[in-house]
Amino acid sequence: MAEINLVEAVNLALARELARDPSVVLLGEDIGVNGGVFRATVGLQARFGPERVIDTPLAEASIAGVAVGMAVAGLRPVAEIQFTGFIYPTLDQIINHAGRIRHRTRGRLACPLVLRSPAGAGIHAPEHHSESPEALFAHVPGVRMVIPSSPARAYGLLLAAIRDPDPVVFFEPTRLYRLYRQAVEDNGEALPLDVCFVVREGGDVTLVSWGAMLQDTLAAADALARDGVSAEVIDVATLKPLDLPTILESVAKTGRCVIVHEAARTSGFGAEIAAGLAEQGLTSLLAPVQRVTGYDVVVPLPRLEPQYLPSVARIVAAARKALEYA
Amino acid sequence: MTTVAAFEIDHTQFLDPQGEAVKALPPFAADTAALVAMYRAMVLTRAFDAKAIALQRTGKIGTFASALGQEAVGVGVASAMEGDDVLVPSYRDHAAQFVRGVSMVESLLYWGGDERGSNFAGPRQDLANCVPIGTQVPHAAGAAYAFKLRREPRVAVCLLGDGGTSRGDFYEAMNMAGVWRLPLVIVINNNQWAISVPRHLQSAAQTLAQKAIAAGVEGRQVDGNDVIAVRQTVGQALDKARSGGGPTLIEAMTYRLGDHTTADDASRYRDAESVREQWTFEPNLRLRRYLARIGAWDKEREDALQRDCAAEVNAAVDAYFALPPPTCDAMFDHLYQTLPDALEAQREEARKFAPKGEPQ
Repeated sequence: MAEINLVEAVNLALARELARDPSVVLLGEDIGVNGGVFRATVGLQARFGPERVIDTPLAEASIAGVAVGMAVAGLRPVAEIQFTGFIYPTLDQIINHAGRIRHRTRGRLACPLVLRSPAGAGIHAPEHHSESPEALFAHVPGVRMVIPSSPARAYGLLLAAIRDPDPVVFFEPTRLYRLYRQAVEDNGEALPLDVCFVVREGGDVTLVSWGAMLQDTLAAADALARDGVSAEVIDVATLKPLDLPTILESVAKTGRCVIVHEAARTSGFGAEIAAGLAEQGLTSLLAPVQRVTGYDVVVPLPRLEPQYLPSVARIVAAARKALEYA
Repeated sequence: MTTVAAFEIDHTQFLDPQGEAVKALPPFAADTAALVAMYRAMVLTRAFDAKAIALQRTGKIGTFASALGQEAVGVGVASAMEGDDVLVPSYRDHAAQFVRGVSMVESLLYWGGDERGSNFAGPRQDLANCVPIGTQVPHAAGAAYAFKLRREPRVAVCLLGDGGTSRGDFYEAMNMAGVWRLPLVIVINNNQWAISVPRHLQSAAQTLAQKAIAAGVEGRQVDGNDVIAVRQTVGQALDKARSGGGPTLIEAMTYRLGDHTTADDASRYRDAESVREQWTFEPNLRLRRYLARIGAWDKEREDALQRDCAAEVNAAVDAYFALPPPTCDAMFDHLYQTLPDALEAQREEARKFAPKGEPQ
């Protein structure tokens, strides 16, 4: 079994689906000859041809819009937006069309597209290259919002996203692209798109996170373990639809919950999880739900980036605060 | 100084406003039955419009966008298309949709506020009405890409208004269609008004057709009140697209004789005199005059057609009223192919609070 990093896992999943299903096409800026600015699509145009791995003109709104038309006409387009800072023009197409077409035609037409985008901060990128707007997309009815946290999860979730009959927004944490390697078997097995993954079991506190922040959350769990605190760690992975029962089940056991994400706090997706706990898990809670998030500020340029991103120390402090309640 | 590029935009007209042929008509026009069928579709659209406005005024349907005066654009476009081509319409294109096989009941359902109206029994692959202006043009390009990739001899035909050509979506999609030589025909229903904004405030461009030139796409203009010219020009663009010749932009020059929608009052921003003048160019009368000139039409046939169309519209209205209301579950049933577990509780809540006696 090959040890690969996350960006290689994305490439592997794309290649597998291109080979398996002739209706799968990739489109985006610089994804063909150049293989993508992060090399996620490297080699795919040479292997599958320029008709199926399409270098588009520079026009994000219509990359999404053309993908909608392709999907409605029976293709399985996987569109890449080069960075999440440039994804906002696609909101019109995703909200007004991708998420609505099946519903508004009473199932006559469908829109099985995937909108991929490298997301998040922490790689010292220029302005507009570090955003985490998952909550914007998670708010959209009819759309799925997925963020993998490991090479294996990226492989299995991307297979599932491409095979899903409905639109999926798929964020790839840039910080994880080349952070580490993991054994990933190219077996074509998709992961479910509606379950959270319990990545570490524990009994004292539940740490909930997704994407790149899962690394820091696991490091915080290690730090807590050294002090004898047993933390359960959940990778949400599929933000929409949210598998709240898995989180509720964990909190029923621990009574305490810390939610970690790098996007700004107000109306961030952590608020949705916290609200779900308040509505359905209040009697399990022994302490107020804690949120460790990006601040409600503009994502800073690289020099202040480390102070913006939730740190292991902040996560540990939040867990300790939750543990203070008897 | 060297000229590195120059362009011309041709304008096609066969019938003048008096219904007189200004030049030899295209071959299809020799088939009088085909012309009568187009005339019938135009008259039916106008009868439907009048009824739909009346239904809105009496609270039986919601806001409605009439196609009054623009019947030749929709009928000409759809008459030129093959059944398995795909129409990507705006929200003012029921003239084209009826020719494509969308039923008047479906159109009434749509404007009556019911998604079942977009579940066309006829043209299953035509897209539904597009409300956000111009956002449908990339859909047509995407569908055209699918046809080309699969080597299918099909064409995507997109309709939008003059206002839509000011949007980036229109230009972006046309630009992509040019680069990829897509089997795409974009038809601008230039009815001179985007709600209250007249054509000259929409763009300083001399024609809207010339917007194609910057994308490397052929741009043509046609008399949009001359259904023979619309059908012929669109037909040529379809033939070109089908044989691998790439996309065409066609600007159909017409006039919105009615309000933007039933929620609009055009007298606030345009004077009655200019609208009265435009009635002398309207498309239905023009074709009727031509048919009369060639001896294919008279008052008796006109009266019979008007009666037929009124009866057909009334039957559609009756069928619309006879339909049961949509179910509460319908909000959830088609959101995803399979409803995620996370939405089950919300569906239950909606069911619980649905009006008693309503079907679920």
